[in-house]
Amino acid sequence: METFDPAELPELLKLYYRRLFPYAQYYRWLNYGGVIKNYFQHREFSFTLKDDIYIRYQSFNNQSDLEKEMQKMNPYKIDIGAVYSHRPNQHNTVKLGAFQAQEKELVFDIDMTDYDDVRRCCSSADICSKCWTLMTMAIRIIDRALKEDFGFKHRLWVYSGRRGVHCWVCDESVRKLSSAVRSGIVEYLSLVKGGQDVKKKVHLSEKIHPFVSKSINIIKKYFEEYALVDQDILENKESWDKILALVPETIHEKLQQNFQKCHNSLQRWEYLKQGINCQDNTKNDKCGPWLEWEIMLQYCFPRLDINVSKGINHLLKSPFSVHPKTGRISVPIDLQKVDQFDPFTVPTISSICRELDAISINDEGREGNEAESDIKHRTRDYKKTSLAPYIKVFEQFLENLDKSRKGELLKKSDLQKDF
Amino acid sequence: MQFSGGKRKKLRLTGDQRTASYPHSLQFYLEPPSESISLIEFESLAIDRVKLLKTVENLGVSYVKGTEPYQSKLENEIRKLKFSFRENLEDEYEPRRKDHISHFILRLAYCQSEDLRRWFIQQEMDLLRFRFSILPKDKIQNFLKDSHLHFEAISDEEKSLREPEILASSPSLNGSKMELESESVCKIPFADALDLFRGRKVYLEGGFAYVPLRDIVAIVLNEFRAKLSKALALTARSLPAVQSDERLQPLLNHLSHSYTGQDYSTQKNAGKISLDQIDSLSTKSFPPCMRQLHKALRDNHHLRHGGRMQYGLFLKGIGLTLEQALQFWKQEFIRGKMDPDKFDKGYSYNIRHSFGKEGKRTDYTPFSCLKIILTNPPSQGDYHGCPFRHSDPELLKQKLQSYKISPGGIHQVDDCGFSLSHPNQFFFESQRILSGNKDIRKESIQPETPQPKPSVQKAKDASSALACLNSSLEMDMEGLEDYFSE
Repeated sequence: METFDPAELPELLKLYYRRLFPYAQYYRWLNYGGVIKNYFQHREFSFTLKDDIYIRYQSFNNQSDLEKEMQKMNPYKIDIGAVYSHRPNQHNTVKLGAFQAQEKELVFDIDMTDYDDVRRCCSSADICSKCWTLMTMAIRIIDRALKEDFGFKHRLWVYSGRRGVHCWVCDESVRKLSSAVRSGIVEYLSLVKGGQDVKKKVHLSEKIHPFVSKSINIIKKYFEEYALVDQDILENKESWDKILALVPETIHEKLQQNFQKCHNSLQRWEYLKQGINCQDNTKNDKCGPWLEWEIMLQYCFPRLDINVSKGINHLLKSPFSVHPKTGRISVPIDLQKVDQFDPFTVPTISSICRELDAISINDEGREGNEAESDIKHRTRDYKKTSLAPYIKVFEQFLENLDKSRKGELLKKSDLQKDF
Repeated sequence: MQFSGGKRKKLRLTGDQRTASYPHSLQFYLEPPSESISLIEFESLAIDRVKLLKTVENLGVSYVKGTEPYQSKLENEIRKLKFSFRENLEDEYEPRRKDHISHFILRLAYCQSEDLRRWFIQQEMDLLRFRFSILPKDKIQNFLKDSHLHFEAISDEEKSLREPEILASSPSLNGSKMELESESVCKIPFADALDLFRGRKVYLEGGFAYVPLRDIVAIVLNEFRAKLSKALALTARSLPAVQSDERLQPLLNHLSHSYTGQDYSTQKNAGKISLDQIDSLSTKSFPPCMRQLHKALRDNHHLRHGGRMQYGLFLKGIGLTLEQALQFWKQEFIRGKMDPDKFDKGYSYNIRHSFGKEGKRTDYTPFSCLKIILTNPPSQGDYHGCPFRHSDPELLKQKLQSYKISPGGIHQVDDCGFSLSHPNQFFFESQRILSGNKDIRKESIQPETPQPKPSVQKAKDASSALACLNSSLEMDMEGLEDYFSE
């Protein structure tokens, strides 16, 4: 894949918004079946335009209005906000205090920079295949909990375009949740606590809550390959000292000696496990794997930003938005294939525009009427680019939403005895 | 309750709703009463409930909530004041009605400020928690259902299917299979169990929290707190209309002031004490906690932070100026071989801070008894706190003997309550008596002889200790009762 040149963005975006952005599906999502009046019309969007001009409180009347505006403004970045009590683009006309955020999807943002203290391959905005597994584990752990523990059905996971993933939980009841409950959910999902000044960030109690044990079981599947091979966390003294800082001093010396004898992280991990599982001062003098789990969790467990999730009016990058620095499209992630997801194969705006050009040249001769062919083009355009499979994932997500909605309506009409 | 304003002095008593209004011995006070009552009854109901809530407060600091003495004493008080608490065979209507109406009256009085609201909510919650705790198990579900709280108990099969998970999630079960077997587990929507699931203290599955019945109380109480808090905010908004009714306004003011009492924050007495008086004052007019702190300071030439705060603010309250305070503490600390510069650097800032001359310039108020008892318990090497709360009873007895208090007065020390609500109040009243100002009204808390004795003197045995407690409540109520006897 050729490198993306940010200078080309204005031209590329023009093409993207005219021929590739999936407006129909996008509108289908945010309209939520049109069940609630003005739900789409009261939704806030924000646009970041060229030269970092940022405009909030954008709102649109319908799909066509949205299309026209996006094509006109050519936003570099699109964020989605809350559904308000009034049309956001008229919020200045509303009496003070009456303009309120009312509903929004529950969202999560998992960012690779939050793991800088435990990844050795990259730091800050960089990612590579060795550390991407952190995102894979995060998705598995969080998604399992959202689905099994909380019963959330409509969860859309999206690649953020550079160094992380987002999750949008779209169930009807979830969109109505208060800020307090959202915070509570993040708290439930949090295990790694403490900033730079805290060495040991995970402390387990003697009784292990099912959420924790199930998360540990997920991590176990990846730990050897991710931590002991790819990250090689016990490779040398510098790296294993960090782990030793998490275990009682009394065994440091012995472990150092044993580590010297070993050749790789896998062997050292075995010694470490032996050393810590029969420690006198683990939970209530019992022998057990708590310390081992605490280390695994500190190195692998997801780290969430509570501020993103708790605010009903928080704005988050929209799916199918373009990342201005990498050019990558924020595409939905297929949960069935999460282990195979590779951020480096996600299409960039330049690559799909190139693909589109290639197709157009081939198709040029066949269509007559230009206006008609324009629309027809668009409905087939993305299908012939690498964007297609991702839009398919999105459509499956929309199907599920529709099915649920129909089910709910049936239930309601049954209750009202509307036959 | 409709207050049809205007000049009518008395409203006619029309209440004729004995039928089915109060199916349970406790309630969440969701619906306001709708009958008319006389002004006299209005007032007496209000006073009784204030008495009850004050008892709740006092018991809450003297005993661990839920333990036997707490439970039985609270029950006694409720019975004495004729409020509802338990399902009896006798006619339940009157006590329940009284409970209902008095709660709503107090909302009017206690909605007016953040502090009042907080206090009211706290006592009402403790009262509800107590009533809930004595509700027989079979009545609990009926009560919850009638209160529109949907707590479905799951079947035994469903429970055993999830036994390991529930045991691993609910700390209150202590991992005991037996306890789980005998306890109902309710399945409630997770969002209703916020305080449980956020800390992972409950098992979640499919969007439901599997809550053992013993944890339901926490949820119910939280619901109650949230609803009451909202209701008080709403009440505050309609308060001006109520207060414009001149029959009610003085009563409501009285009710709320009988709680807050004086905080001794104004420096009216500033400069009236000289430093060389302090030693003698400490044995004459200081309450035991401050006497103890003063002695420790003189003995050790030092006090830790908790002690410096509690004693330092007390001294401010009795009239020490900032300059005097700086001199006082510095002199003593230097005797302990502290370097004067070190004192200036480390300690004088804090003293100035507590006088409101540094930082955000809050002029800190001297601690009330309740605050001393409830916050920052002393540990090894500390001398602050409340001797009646934080000392070993034997030790306390000995100490009081050394203060030369008559032996008869020291018996059953641990039973005596809070005639006092503020150390500076003790000092103030003691000084008044010593200066010959015989105020009979205050005698129930003040010693009759110049040698100040703590209220312990009254506690000859358990029953007189209760009397002592009651007399203090009487003193608080006195202002109200004076008003009514006019």
